[in-house]
Amino acid sequence: MLSLENIINGIHTWLNNTFDPTLALTCEFVLLGITAIAIFAVLGLVLVLMERKVAAIMQIRKGPNRVGPFGMFQTVADTLKLIMKEGLTPDGADKVLFNLAPFIVMIAAMLLLAPIPFAKGVQMWDINIGVLFISAVSSISVIGILMAGWASNNKYSLLGAMRSGAQIVSYELSAGLSVITIVILTGSLQLSEIVNAQQNGWWIFKGHIPVLISFVTFIIAVTAETNRAPFDLAEAESELTAGFHTEYSGMKFALFFLAEYINIFIACAIGATLFLGGWMPFHIGNWEGFNAIMDYIPSSIWFVGKTFFLIFLMMWFRWTFPRLRVDQLLNLEWKYLLPISMLNLLVVTVMAIMGWYF
Amino acid sequence: MFEEIGTTEDGYMVINIGPQHPATHGVLHLVMTLNGETIVKTEPHLGYIHRSIEKMSESLTYRQFIYATSRMDYLSSHINNHGCSLCVEKGLQIEVPERAQIIRVIMDELTRIASHELWWGAMAMDLGAFTPFFHAFRERETITEIMEETCGARLTMNYICPGGVMADLHPDFQKKVKSFITLYKSKINEYNELVTGNIIFQNRMKGVGYLSKEDAISFGCTGPVGRASGVSCDIRKLYPYEVYGKLQFDEILETAGDSFARYMVRIHEMNQSIRIIEQLIDNIPDGEFLAKTKAVLKLPKGEFYQRVETARGEFGVYIVSEGGTTPYRIKYRSPGFSNLSALPTMVKGSKIGDLIAAMGTLDLVIPDLDR
Repeated sequence: MLSLENIINGIHTWLNNTFDPTLALTCEFVLLGITAIAIFAVLGLVLVLMERKVAAIMQIRKGPNRVGPFGMFQTVADTLKLIMKEGLTPDGADKVLFNLAPFIVMIAAMLLLAPIPFAKGVQMWDINIGVLFISAVSSISVIGILMAGWASNNKYSLLGAMRSGAQIVSYELSAGLSVITIVILTGSLQLSEIVNAQQNGWWIFKGHIPVLISFVTFIIAVTAETNRAPFDLAEAESELTAGFHTEYSGMKFALFFLAEYINIFIACAIGATLFLGGWMPFHIGNWEGFNAIMDYIPSSIWFVGKTFFLIFLMMWFRWTFPRLRVDQLLNLEWKYLLPISMLNLLVVTVMAIMGWYF
Repeated sequence: MFEEIGTTEDGYMVINIGPQHPATHGVLHLVMTLNGETIVKTEPHLGYIHRSIEKMSESLTYRQFIYATSRMDYLSSHINNHGCSLCVEKGLQIEVPERAQIIRVIMDELTRIASHELWWGAMAMDLGAFTPFFHAFRERETITEIMEETCGARLTMNYICPGGVMADLHPDFQKKVKSFITLYKSKINEYNELVTGNIIFQNRMKGVGYLSKEDAISFGCTGPVGRASGVSCDIRKLYPYEVYGKLQFDEILETAGDSFARYMVRIHEMNQSIRIIEQLIDNIPDGEFLAKTKAVLKLPKGEFYQRVETARGEFGVYIVSEGGTTPYRIKYRSPGFSNLSALPTMVKGSKIGDLIAAMGTLDLVIPDLDR
């Protein structure tokens, strides 16, 4: 059967049969690198278009509809424009940090693509501490944002970076705590193990209300971590014009912009993997026929479907809610989300010990 | 004088919001002193769009100067024209036909709704919600279409002239206005669901940008800003002009004085405007729409003052006449200017986000401040 897993295995066997193992491994590294960059670019383009289309639907307008069918090539055209634009470095900016910052944000986003299981057997790096890796690497992007804000020598950028720093560092706590609930239930940090544990039911169904609570906490926390409305204080268009990337132009701006969308994708992919069973199809108890039909849908479709559902949810938030104020944002985290997720963690731990889940 | 760049002596950061900034809706310039995110001092700087309309009006005739005021508060241009026209009519003691009076009042209220709807969308956008802007414009479009059909213009209508209105109503006017009323009534709930009831929105607005009744009076705040602080200042009630005296409508008063009160005043005011239009739309009498006036208007020597209630508050026209064909001196009292002067008091000690929210509820139109 033609599936992603078989294709990848085929390439792997062919490379190993043709070249000696070292060369084959090098070839695989290069291929992976190219794939990561390709995913980065394609996802960026697709998600930007999706965002604009979703926004358009919510705002009773058509959205991009001139370049290509249904405006599909609008983002390609925009990217071409941004590539051709001059990348200005403002006078008085710290040149090294200013130019480095977008790359740090982008590298952090790209590294996070590695441990995600895209489909059955399709994973760049099945690292045994996958969840820890994700939490660790996702914190790197805040350094890039702080760097951009500080190096721009602009007060709006500085305020935006300051807000972003406070926000991302605080929301990482509850994002981490809600992820740990699943780790406790599965007993493994490895993402492939977590997916396999959901073979007979997704955690969101198996884990009763506590997992539902941690799912909601997770969605709120990652929305804040990716600087999306209603938590887009780092950009806060009407307050800080463009926040930390006020001074960026051309491709350097585009890197921030694309990294934002890749981060959304990754956050939603992790959410789908941990709570919604990753690429696992939807099964109901012992309805054999129904389960067989569900199994017939390729695992990559399941993964993409769940991820894009969560992405749509985040876009829905963005185009519906007003923005929070900076103190309300921190209050929400430290006074509500963090105590709730701590208590929830306790409940889940008890639940896992007693085996009170399906 | 303020040091506009860098930091103050106390180590506070000085930041310029505007003249080009997404939240100022025009060329308002706020020099702000910040302690972190907290506002220590706000100083509005004006004059970026000053066109000296008052001086210009002195060389325009009494028929011409009315239309210069369309360019002041462009969102209630019709009501500005109305005020000026009333002032001239007061000086010349022209009797305006009842049909014209009622047309003027209906148009006033339509303008008020259009203005408040635009404000609603723009203010939601200030708070970071972009979608309400489009929803507001959808309904506002219906009004601008009615305006376009009747007066030939969508924004600066220039429909009023001394003695009545320039042209008669379009035959479809009543039908269109009625269908707008039906549309509005079905959509106002959507507004409340989308924005008013939103918990984030309420947290952003309640207790923010507080303006006490005393401050509102001393700063001369009128319109929804004054009424949200409990100051009864609806000119339509206090000094009725045209047919307002005979109409049934409520003056909306709130006592909280915060941004949410100002928001609610405007939302309720839209409903009251609908109520006024409903009373009048079926009772437009037949007859002349324009009184017979002389070709060249000459106001008698003296001073004339007329105030009207625009969407933003009290708009006053003060004409000093020497008996010639042009006014000797004209002074406009624009509501936005007084309302803006309360802003530094309102936002002192709050966060930048609150400044944006409070400024949004002031409903500033910058050409109205600068004239």
